[in-house]
Amino acid sequence: MLDASGDGYITEDGRKIGGVVMEMRNITLRFGGVVAIKNISFDIREGEIRAIIGPNGAGKSSMLNVISGFYVPQEGEVWFRGEKRPPMKPYEVARQGIARTFQNIALFEGMSVLDNVMTGRLTHMKTGLMAQAIWKGKAEEEETANREVVEKIIDFLEIQHIRKTPVSRLPYGLKKRVELARALAAEPKLLLLDEPMAGMNVEEKEDMSRFILDVNDEFGTTIALIEHDMGVVMDLSDRVVVMDYGKKIGDGTPDEVRNNQEVIDAYLGVAHD
Amino acid sequence: MSDQLIFSIEVFLNGLMAGVLYSLVALGFVLIYKASGIFNYAQGVMALFAAMTLVGIMEGQVPFAGLINATFGTEVRNFGWTVPAFAGIALTVGVMIVLAWGVHQFVMRHLVGQDPIILFMATIGLAYFLEGVADLMWGSEIKTLDIGLPMGLNETIDRVTYEMFGYGFFIDNLDIVASVIAALLVIALVLFAQYTKQGRAMRAVADDHQAALSVGIDLDFIWVMVWSVAGFVALVAGVMWGAKSGVQFSLSLIALKALPVLMLGGFTSIPGAIVGGLIIGVGEKLFEFWVGPLVGGATENWFAYVLALIFLVFRPQGLFGDKIIERV
Repeated sequence: MLDASGDGYITEDGRKIGGVVMEMRNITLRFGGVVAIKNISFDIREGEIRAIIGPNGAGKSSMLNVISGFYVPQEGEVWFRGEKRPPMKPYEVARQGIARTFQNIALFEGMSVLDNVMTGRLTHMKTGLMAQAIWKGKAEEEETANREVVEKIIDFLEIQHIRKTPVSRLPYGLKKRVELARALAAEPKLLLLDEPMAGMNVEEKEDMSRFILDVNDEFGTTIALIEHDMGVVMDLSDRVVVMDYGKKIGDGTPDEVRNNQEVIDAYLGVAHD
Repeated sequence: MSDQLIFSIEVFLNGLMAGVLYSLVALGFVLIYKASGIFNYAQGVMALFAAMTLVGIMEGQVPFAGLINATFGTEVRNFGWTVPAFAGIALTVGVMIVLAWGVHQFVMRHLVGQDPIILFMATIGLAYFLEGVADLMWGSEIKTLDIGLPMGLNETIDRVTYEMFGYGFFIDNLDIVASVIAALLVIALVLFAQYTKQGRAMRAVADDHQAALSVGIDLDFIWVMVWSVAGFVALVAGVMWGAKSGVQFSLSLIALKALPVLMLGGFTSIPGAIVGGLIIGVGEKLFEFWVGPLVGGATENWFAYVLALIFLVFRPQGLFGDKIIERV
């Protein structure tokens, strides 16, 4: 049951959800005269799987881009881990511990799977250029530690067999998984997934759903994901924000959202009389 | 062994040495092109600028002396000191980094996401601007650059080859030094790109901007870094070329020689730039030696371009360039 009054809540399957990690307050985003997001507020809590759903063009991706710093909203505030976030560039957001994947997959096509996942560790590499040039002690230790994290994630997502394969040769479904691995390698405090199941067949979708649940379970990663396929989302997420034409029309547990008349209208269409 | 063959070997070796310099200039192009998709027409002028700055600093010239004298009616020329080569190079590296920052901050940063042709035009503008600034700063007369590199005939090679063939090869010491330095530079660059955090970030940026941002890479920083590295490569090329034939405007024209090198090697490949440079260097010397006399000489002026043209027809991506595959 939802217990928003306290510092968290217990999910239906008995997981403990913590305090608010990210809070969007009255976000409005415009492109010229087009309003992509209209005055939307919601929060994301520690350890939960939070979905943002809505029909095509509802503004879901724009919202994700606001969270990850690719877009700067004209109005509203973004609060991350108890602090108001000033306007930031995407790389600064990433360094704060927010990792993401892209709807159209943005991998380093020329690199191997391993190298791709290693780039996810860049935010954790501290050793300076001179120390690396000498290439002893600290830099070596750091490299080894990073490799360990990366290998663990590669094992976890079952992509060991393609570690050395150039990403450009992989099929679509595996690319999606590599992208997830790279995002996870950053050990993010918040993981953003932009349509992780777009363009997949049923089997691949099931695999991806399982990985998302496992990641959340194993690493306790807070996840916010976008999806327009209602069915998948309802099984996966703890709480759901529903958007339509840039507005929030629903927010709650999957059951609550499913029975929300406005949501049903948005998805099934409504007779205008 | 026939004389013709022995001479050919000598010509081959000299071609290899000349090719090293082409490779160096081409390398500067590849670095920037890979990381930002910009074809930097100004790479040759950067080499000229770097060489002029080095000479100016070492000789203790007052920068912008002509401008200062014309404005204030003064007669300043020199600070009256000279700077040792090592310190001069360090200072010039500093200048090249400032230049890289300036180029990014005031020009390229505002053009991110524009068509390649617009970026290209910007670098043409940059080339002429830099050339003017270099003249204004250090004067336009031809300068000699002497940082104490060994020059002239290598006597060991001369003696050994004389004993072997009865004919001593003429190999310039400077060319040997240039080759060694170029090789070290390339090894350093490869190690940097493969094993350091910044190198990894650089490769990431070269591959996909959006993905690079999402893993926390500051694109601006990487671009300034890449332009700095290209500036450093330009300095090395400028020093070698300048020591060989004087620091003068024609130095910037070696950039044009880098074009056919890139067409051979591919615009995105560091090994391609090296191999391409060597092929052009050797090819044009051998061609001049074998075919030159039959067609009245001066084939070095056009050989590289014709070779590049042939490559364009049969292998447009170059020897090592990324394959061009169009999915339909």
